[in-house]
Amino acid sequence: MAECHPVGFRWVMEARERGATIIHVDPRFTRTSAVANIHVPIRAGSDIAFLGGIVRYIIENERYFRDYVVHYTNAPAIVSAEFQDTEDLDGLFGGWDEETGQYHKKAWRYEGADPEPAAGVKESDEEGQPIQHNPFQAGHSDPTLQHPRCVFQILKRHFSRYTPEMVEQTCGIPKSLFLKVAETLCRNSGRERTSAFCYAVGWTQHSMGVQYIRTAAIVQLLLGNIGRPGGGILALRGHASIQGSTDIPTLYNLLPGYLPMPKAKQDKDLATYLARNTSPSGWWGEFPKYFVSLLKAWFGEAATKENGWCYDYLPALTGDHSHMNTVVNMADGGVKGYFVMGENPVVGSMNGPLHRKGLRQLEWLVVRDFSVTETADFWRDAPEIERGEIRTEDIGTEVFFFPAAAHVEKDGAFTNTQRLLQWHYKSVEPPGDAASELDFIYKLGLRLKKLYAEEYGQPRNRPIRDVTWDYPLEGPKREPKAEAVLREINGYTVADGKPVEGFTSLQDDGSTACGCWIYSGCYRDGHNMAARRKPHWEQNWVAPEWAWAWPHNRRLLYNRASADPEGKPWSDRKKLVWWDQEKGEWVGYDTPDFIVKRPPWFHPSKDACGKDTIGGTDPFVMQADGKGWLYAATGLQDGPLPVHYEPQESVVKNPLYGQQCNPERVEWWRKDNPYHRAYDDPRFPYVITTYRLTEHHTAGAMSRWLSWLSELQPEMFCEVSPELAAERGLKNGGWATIRTMRAEIEARVLVTGRMRPLRIKGRLVHQIGLPYHWSTKGLARGDAANDLIGFVADPNVSIQESKAFTGAIEPGRKSRRRSAAISGPPVREIDPKRWQRDLPPARRKPESQHSFKAGESKKEH
Amino acid sequence: MPSGDGFSLSNWPLFRQLKQRDLFGLEQTAASPRTEALTARTASADRIVPSICPYCAVGCGQLVYVKNEKIIDIEGDPASPISRGCLCPKGAATFQLVTGSHRVQHVLYRRPHGKEWETVPLEQAVDMVAERVKRTRDETWEGTDEEGHPVRRTMGIAHLGGATLDNEENYLIKKLFTALGIVQIENQARV
Amino acid sequence: MAGAKGFFTDTTLCIGCKACEVACKQWNQLPDDGLLFTGMSYDNTVHLGASTWRHVAFIERPVPLSTQDAGAFSWLFSSDVCKHCVRAGCLESCPTGAIIRTEFDSVYVQPDICNGCGYCIVNCPFGVIDRRSEDGRAWKCTLCYDRLREDMTPACAKACPTESIVFGDLDELRTRARVRVEKLQDAGMREAYLYGEDAASQPGTEGLNAFFLLLDKPEVYNLPPDPAIPTKGVGRSWISMAAAAAGIALMAVGSVFFSKLGGRS
Repeated sequence: MAECHPVGFRWVMEARERGATIIHVDPRFTRTSAVANIHVPIRAGSDIAFLGGIVRYIIENERYFRDYVVHYTNAPAIVSAEFQDTEDLDGLFGGWDEETGQYHKKAWRYEGADPEPAAGVKESDEEGQPIQHNPFQAGHSDPTLQHPRCVFQILKRHFSRYTPEMVEQTCGIPKSLFLKVAETLCRNSGRERTSAFCYAVGWTQHSMGVQYIRTAAIVQLLLGNIGRPGGGILALRGHASIQGSTDIPTLYNLLPGYLPMPKAKQDKDLATYLARNTSPSGWWGEFPKYFVSLLKAWFGEAATKENGWCYDYLPALTGDHSHMNTVVNMADGGVKGYFVMGENPVVGSMNGPLHRKGLRQLEWLVVRDFSVTETADFWRDAPEIERGEIRTEDIGTEVFFFPAAAHVEKDGAFTNTQRLLQWHYKSVEPPGDAASELDFIYKLGLRLKKLYAEEYGQPRNRPIRDVTWDYPLEGPKREPKAEAVLREINGYTVADGKPVEGFTSLQDDGSTACGCWIYSGCYRDGHNMAARRKPHWEQNWVAPEWAWAWPHNRRLLYNRASADPEGKPWSDRKKLVWWDQEKGEWVGYDTPDFIVKRPPWFHPSKDACGKDTIGGTDPFVMQADGKGWLYAATGLQDGPLPVHYEPQESVVKNPLYGQQCNPERVEWWRKDNPYHRAYDDPRFPYVITTYRLTEHHTAGAMSRWLSWLSELQPEMFCEVSPELAAERGLKNGGWATIRTMRAEIEARVLVTGRMRPLRIKGRLVHQIGLPYHWSTKGLARGDAANDLIGFVADPNVSIQESKAFTGAIEPGRKSRRRSAAISGPPVREIDPKRWQRDLPPARRKPESQHSFKAGESKKEH
Repeated sequence: MPSGDGFSLSNWPLFRQLKQRDLFGLEQTAASPRTEALTARTASADRIVPSICPYCAVGCGQLVYVKNEKIIDIEGDPASPISRGCLCPKGAATFQLVTGSHRVQHVLYRRPHGKEWETVPLEQAVDMVAERVKRTRDETWEGTDEEGHPVRRTMGIAHLGGATLDNEENYLIKKLFTALGIVQIENQARV
Repeated sequence: MAGAKGFFTDTTLCIGCKACEVACKQWNQLPDDGLLFTGMSYDNTVHLGASTWRHVAFIERPVPLSTQDAGAFSWLFSSDVCKHCVRAGCLESCPTGAIIRTEFDSVYVQPDICNGCGYCIVNCPFGVIDRRSEDGRAWKCTLCYDRLREDMTPACAKACPTESIVFGDLDELRTRARVRVEKLQDAGMREAYLYGEDAASQPGTEGLNAFFLLLDKPEVYNLPPDPAIPTKGVGRSWISMAAAAAGIALMAVGSVFFSKLGGRS
């Protein structure tokens, strides 16, 4: 965190100065470790084993916050008798279907109940019809936590093998250090004290990334840290508005506010789509109001009740159209045109050569950025062109480069990692022909409406005709007013155009329009709440009048959990929100993340539905049962509980189970994306991990052109331990070549005691560290670390595995061998040794491994 | 302190030194007129514009000082409860990011099989892009998939980017592209 | 001196981010110092100079920090800067009057006066000040003199995310620093001590207006353990020279006198 969020880290330092213990768990000793109280060196890719060990410690030593666990989590819920755990099946859960290469999630359900998941996979039956979920019945639960099939007991049994000895074997963390961490954490949690977890992509960029977060959530729920000040889990995101671009998603599977995109097979019409996505219990019972309001915002008057609010204007998904699948589609000739705005995938994404292969197949490419990036210049500046394997004149792609306006040259909001929308104002006009994306996309839309003006007779063109696209223009360049867009995002009543107060004002009858329900309230009463800048010295420690957080300016999610079932804070020291009997509402330092007038003793009636099922002791309002899920009966592809699996490319066999890797991981078996052996690959014996440095930023376009930053870290380098340096003959300050089957890069060598070999199952395992900022443009130039990494993804969100893979290293500069992406057609090539990753039941997988996949290879070339 | 033009006793360094007891002439008696008049360039800024750092997701407050329509300084905003006026090295380098000579000022175009970039007028470039969007969309339109389910889309166009863009920009991109039937829309959130 | 301002740099709070280096470059619009990968931990800046007025040192040590559980290893950071010494070698050796003591007790080089003679460079015991090859003049940290005139905080102190660099009245800083060292010592951090906080602890400079809290010997940070400015000895030199001259004069007179005496016999 000190490396990647230095100013955020000031608060960690402040806590340290007040006596907090800072524990830093990382394969490397970084600038964070230097100021932490405890550094825990860990093998990259083994965090679930570590966190699982903590779960076991908490349960075995009875250190969980019992009242919190019993009342606020699903620990008492009883799971159906057909559930089989990884304990029974050597690393697989029950329900594996060899035909589909997936789990039947039904095998994990509660006894007699199917709670709708708040996010993730929504089940359909065999005919693709939505499964009717029943509101969760509280009856099937055991508050004494003794029932052998209650979640608590299943959790206990599931993590029983994650002993301190197992943690040492798997993660390389000495047992005494592990116990110290576990004990410190437990001692600092409970009624009077809370502990917080902060994480970033060291946890998410794995083939079971989502389960990493799940394990941390289990720890924090058991310890009673969620929803409490000084507790919780903070995701440290990496870009100025990556949270914003997730909330208002330029993502394939979501509509603004985490509403799912329609799926072709299942969501045939509006009614079906709503039925599948509306939860009978919990806050997602409000779903239709948000969806209909979105369609009204997008299609205005054209969206009527009669035509299903223009539901049929929305395209539908037939698979996983995520980033890597799109690139593969592109490499196979399926994508003709590509827009890239403020991103540099040939450096920032995995397997750069495969990306460039995709770019070479395009008919046209549009890049928008401050300077010509490596992505924009792929047709003449690329390793394969330098090596003479590809010739510029053979590449037929038409490329447009539009200079982009900087943030100081436009109005707009960023949403930071704390869900805070913060407005930035325009200081000066953009230079020359530079313009904002807002201006570009708006004017592009106007032109398209004109181009299609004669063709609205065709139904497929009507969305273009009807999409609301009329924003006031301002300034010498006649740019659209960003605040007008913010107003639409906030929502308004259709009749009078007045901004709504918040999402509780939204309706499903077409009387309201709202671009993003979770952001509703950011422009209430016509005030730009995101632009508020009341100085901190005029506010309390929560500072609620600086900018605006979603939802409803609640700063700490699920903060109802900071009070006990009766509505009193668990302790005075840790009070945040509480029930005020006199006022008849929840009050406190933060906006209550709860139905503000719903008292703690509220019990939903038997026939309640939607948000009326949320009881007074149900802080987790987005869940169907209002509880924090220790066990996720629905919603996830790869299991209701986290399991330690090894990364796709590891150096050891899985010490805990026969099932080596996540059985539902997503692989791309292609010649241009070759994998190493699952473990013990003699060619690639070292663990490699990637990361950022403080001095640079992501793929480098915003830092490597700046002399003040480039001089701080001028060249690409690798970090190796003295032991590894000795083993491979690497010299500090010299050169090294790092290789995988995908590519080969060269880097300067930094030999440092901050990298340590770890003892895994008795063997010494070396790790190599690679910052990923470098490429060919700018003042500071070097090779791109991400070229080494192949496409492998987590099945829940399709994020790539880039924090743990294997490779080789030798002294000297690279030999300029060709990269795999150059080699031949994308024929599927199954490694005969791929069985190493799966137990026999999980070996037979069709090409598609989870419900939605990209299509087959389109062409050979 | 008088910056005399022409000799006057009060100006004479020796006199000043004696008066101010600066016997070695190491203190302010040795100050030049430039030094005497020295002041922070931001004091005469035309306007101070509040902004937010464009780098990571902490979202530190920034203040942009503008004079004669040029940015003269970018530093932290002390009012921010998050950053209290602080910035990391990247945020502190924002001035170079936005005023640096690396910034391209014209639209560049590479024709198919071309070996060089050419400059192209902005309006013409946007026209060309719009034409290609229409052409590709029309050529690759899918009404239904192989099983007959309605899909109403084009898989021939894709988009990448968003984490460095404003919410309003992401909103309009998703809105327009979805209305066009583009589903392969992604950004750094999934990378 | 009343109104004296300076820096207290508490290296126990430094996270090595280099915001200070860049904030200084930004405010003062300094050029870069060349792109050079040194292999010296994360320090590619190496030392202060004419175009680098804040430099973060990175020291990897095979010994633990007393309050840390991280094996036999620790990593120290320290943001180095011009010390604005109470007795400043550069100031006292400057023949043109370019270097002056400001009303804030800082040491300021007037770029419109400096003729680039370089006397200051050899007189700084810390190797801070240097000449810029492109324009020949000597440059160093100004303690953001222009900002101080507007009652603003120096750029580095403002930017520092963890308040490792604190700017203020020297009296208050000294009190703060002493309280801090005591607190750290009580918490078991035996290594913590102050460097250059007053004349008693550093007679060779009579104290630094930018002083430090360090966790290892000064040499480890590339700081001199007992710096002394050459001009401190000037008084003594004059006295010895006066004594020598007096002695020689005495001998000369004496020899004439004795020779006169000798001549009479």
